[in-house]
Amino acid sequence: MNELINYTLCLADNSLILGHRNSEWTGHGPILEQDIAISNIALDLIGQARNFYQYAATLINNSSIQQSNNPTIQPATEDTLAYLRNANDFKNCLLAEQPNGDWAKTILRQFLFSANQYFLYQHLQNSKNETLSAIAEKSLKEVTYHLRWSSEWVIRLGDGTEESHSRMIKAIDELWMFTEEMFEPVSYEVIAASEDFGVDVSVLKNDWIKKVAAIFDEATLSIPENIAMKTGGKEGKHTEHLENILTEMQFLQRTYPNSEW
Amino acid sequence: MNDNINKTSDLFDSKKIWKLLETVMDPEVPVLSVMDLGIVRDVKIDDDEFQIIITPTYSGCPAMDVISMNIKMVLLEHGYKKIKIISVLSPAWTTDWMSEHGKEKLKAFGIAPPTARQQVCHTELFHDGEAIQCPHCNSYNTKLVSQFGSTACKAIYVCENCREPFDYFKCH
Repeated sequence: MNELINYTLCLADNSLILGHRNSEWTGHGPILEQDIAISNIALDLIGQARNFYQYAATLINNSSIQQSNNPTIQPATEDTLAYLRNANDFKNCLLAEQPNGDWAKTILRQFLFSANQYFLYQHLQNSKNETLSAIAEKSLKEVTYHLRWSSEWVIRLGDGTEESHSRMIKAIDELWMFTEEMFEPVSYEVIAASEDFGVDVSVLKNDWIKKVAAIFDEATLSIPENIAMKTGGKEGKHTEHLENILTEMQFLQRTYPNSEW
Repeated sequence: MNDNINKTSDLFDSKKIWKLLETVMDPEVPVLSVMDLGIVRDVKIDDDEFQIIITPTYSGCPAMDVISMNIKMVLLEHGYKKIKIISVLSPAWTTDWMSEHGKEKLKAFGIAPPTARQQVCHTELFHDGEAIQCPHCNSYNTKLVSQFGSTACKAIYVCENCREPFDYFKCH
């Protein structure tokens, strides 16, 4: 039960944190249409996160580990899970929390993330857990658009001007080190895969790298080699950036507990 | 406690509920009812409780909460008391469930209706060869501006013939 909760929270946190990052572009996008596009992607991701959090909350409220997990939170809701957990409780991968940087970095982060989410949800549709399978089926349609949009932008910038090309190279330099984490299963993912409610993330690597290689090739970019990888997000060990996101995102609920719109 | 409920009352005729649902409009596309959109999956009557089973269009669509509330309001106005709105995710909503009547109304409203699903829901890149008809002048000489529009369910197009920009209710 504990593993199912952690696994669901990991899926939720990934979508929420990247969704929040993308929402930081709202009103600041390079042109109006792309401002709308990145905000739409943010909305899809936060919607997916809500579905996962609602399910996680039900699981937590029905389980006995609730008290030991966090005695101050009772009962759990999608809002308490998003707004009242600390950075080390969050299980998102490090890639999702990286700062927006310039448009090239945001695009690359979205592409690397969406390519993974696309294959992950394809597999998760076959989960024997009906709720996770239904959320994956629903979300996959949205992620298909995210992947297409971000792929096109990687090509447009990579195979664009000298300036856009060099910015993509810089973005790869800053983000590639966080990619391996998506394919290295942590303890709850191992259980999730062996009990058939989750996906063996190590098998996603092959499809993912093929997709990335194909798009990079068209974008005249290369996949870097011999990069020292950074991991830990899925186990609550984050870069300093997550703390900054939470400070802003959770401010209202922390300062004025239980306030509502 | 349920003794005074008259189960022979026409409130318990689910056809009447389906009919009422045709009057609940999408707050963001006000020419479409929830029935036109194809998001009402079932109506169930469990003892004295009326259950409306709906499915969201997009995971993050902010209109869904308003739609649930509006369904409740309409039913309350017509004498229903115990109403439960249940949201299900699977099978996932598709624009194929939109009624033909709904598609005509969309077009009249200035939004190009969704094409059949097989045409575009894939990851192919730079795919704007799809024939989307301009809702204003009926020309097929149109161009995709952005896959993401003013709401999650729409893309932005421009007509190369009459030069009008328009929304396309994208296939999903």
